[in-house]
Amino acid sequence: MAKVLVVAEHNGETLNPSTAKCVACAAQIDGAEVDIVVLAGAASGPAAEAAQISGVNRVLTVERDENDVAIAAVLAPQIVALASDYSHVFGPSTTFGKDLMPRVAALVGVNQVSDIMSVEGSHRFKRPIYAGNAIVTVEAADDSAVVATVRTASYQAPEGGNSAAIESVDVTVELPTHTRFVELQTGQSDRPDLQAAAKVVSGGRALGSEENFDLIYKLADKLGAAIGSSRAAVDAGYVPPETQVGQTGQIIAPDLYIAIGISGAIQHITGIKDAGTIVAINKDEEAPIFEVSDIGLVGDLFNIVPELTDTLG
Amino acid sequence: MEKILVGLKRVVDYNVRVQVKSDGSGVETDGVKMSINPFDEIALEEALRIRERGEASEVVVVSIGSSDAQQQLRTGLAMGADRAILVETASAIDPLTVARIFKSLIERENAELVILGKQAIDDDNSQTGQMLAAIWERPQATFASELTFADGTARVTREVDSGLETIEIDLPAVITVDLRLNEPRYVKLPDIMKAKKKPLDLLSMAELGVETAPHFKETSFEPPAGRQRGIMVEDVAGLVAALKDKGLV
Repeated sequence: MAKVLVVAEHNGETLNPSTAKCVACAAQIDGAEVDIVVLAGAASGPAAEAAQISGVNRVLTVERDENDVAIAAVLAPQIVALASDYSHVFGPSTTFGKDLMPRVAALVGVNQVSDIMSVEGSHRFKRPIYAGNAIVTVEAADDSAVVATVRTASYQAPEGGNSAAIESVDVTVELPTHTRFVELQTGQSDRPDLQAAAKVVSGGRALGSEENFDLIYKLADKLGAAIGSSRAAVDAGYVPPETQVGQTGQIIAPDLYIAIGISGAIQHITGIKDAGTIVAINKDEEAPIFEVSDIGLVGDLFNIVPELTDTLG
Repeated sequence: MEKILVGLKRVVDYNVRVQVKSDGSGVETDGVKMSINPFDEIALEEALRIRERGEASEVVVVSIGSSDAQQQLRTGLAMGADRAILVETASAIDPLTVARIFKSLIERENAELVILGKQAIDDDNSQTGQMLAAIWERPQATFASELTFADGTARVTREVDSGLETIEIDLPAVITVDLRLNEPRYVKLPDIMKAKKKPLDLLSMAELGVETAPHFKETSFEPPAGRQRGIMVEDVAGLVAALKDKGLV
């Protein structure tokens, strides 16, 4: 029988929604028993949230001072120590999971299944390649451990309302000190998180300047939306890198995605394929973004966006 | 630091729109333009800058695959790498085996730093650097957008979902690079001529004593479920009406 260990992503206080999406993926494996492990300095907050996710059997907590911030080289050996009781170890394909899970896989001695988008069997999965331009079905040997990341945009978080048992476990492996956390700079913002937001307003190079991005912020605030951007806008310095959506940025699946002044390179489109409704506003009617948008409007964003913001008021 | 190893993967060019073969056996690569994986070019640029600042003495570029990859290695040499190594393999190779090959090359070359792209744009796996660091039992700094060295350590700023994280790592180490670390230089014609004279060594997996890791079977390929082109609206009023229709505003 499949036993899946999901590695929780959290900030020490709350659980990242990516964890519940990994549980949703794990639950697609027939008869899977799903546990979550919370590695933390103090695990009680994230663990309590994890225990509520429906479909979770147990929540394991590993509390050590070294786990206060997530460092892949520190977390990986602890996960490997626990992994021997499991057939599968899953983590999210966020930067947290992308950094950590291959390190786990290598220590287990297997390749990683990156970005699972659907489960076709206990050892058979679909995943995107070439910026999502092709989907490949990969199959691991039946008797092989599976270490994988889950493409979170492909899954909905399961309901809450569960009350799984929380068990503290000791993992007595030696941990390296060669990697030290210095600081985390986050764009201080009251806006919703890009990964979790139901609505995202995204701006591209056509905005022309950091100041002009104000138009995007105003519309986003009116909608209660998170801010996204194209690579071109980030490269031009209009917005910080954590807003970038696409193959090399964040892959998201909001209910509503509004692309403003974004032409729609394939590398960008791959980040929004699973959005509910895509709206495109662009002055070039030939822009590829219109090929994938549900609602398109051709025109000058500098007229359209303020008018839209006012109309929604 | 003495030596930096940089991985250069030969991949379908960034601008090619990849098509799945009609029989689902793979993607069409015949007659398609091939290039250095763009992230690997950034990795090489960074290594060259480190050497040019006098913080390293030699930059060695490494590729793994068929002899066609010599093309990408020659480009790397033209950009300024000192030497190239091609580890020849007949078939496509998995990230863990690539990591084992690099581990063996690190020992052979006595390298102190390995710089790789954060992912290859063909298989989008993003695994090799982390795996190499794991089996080498050394630090990893993934998704780097800024990099400085002092006293046997590196300070690396990483692009993470929540912002910019800075970590300090002891050397030797593996660093994987993100888009905004630098802008790779253009290759000039005289450099291409010079590159032809630079050493390019061929090695086999057997010479390196590397065993292939358990491989996934790729059973089928398919194009992604497409999105349908939707409606066009004339003005803001039309847009708002369409959004209201869908219950989105």
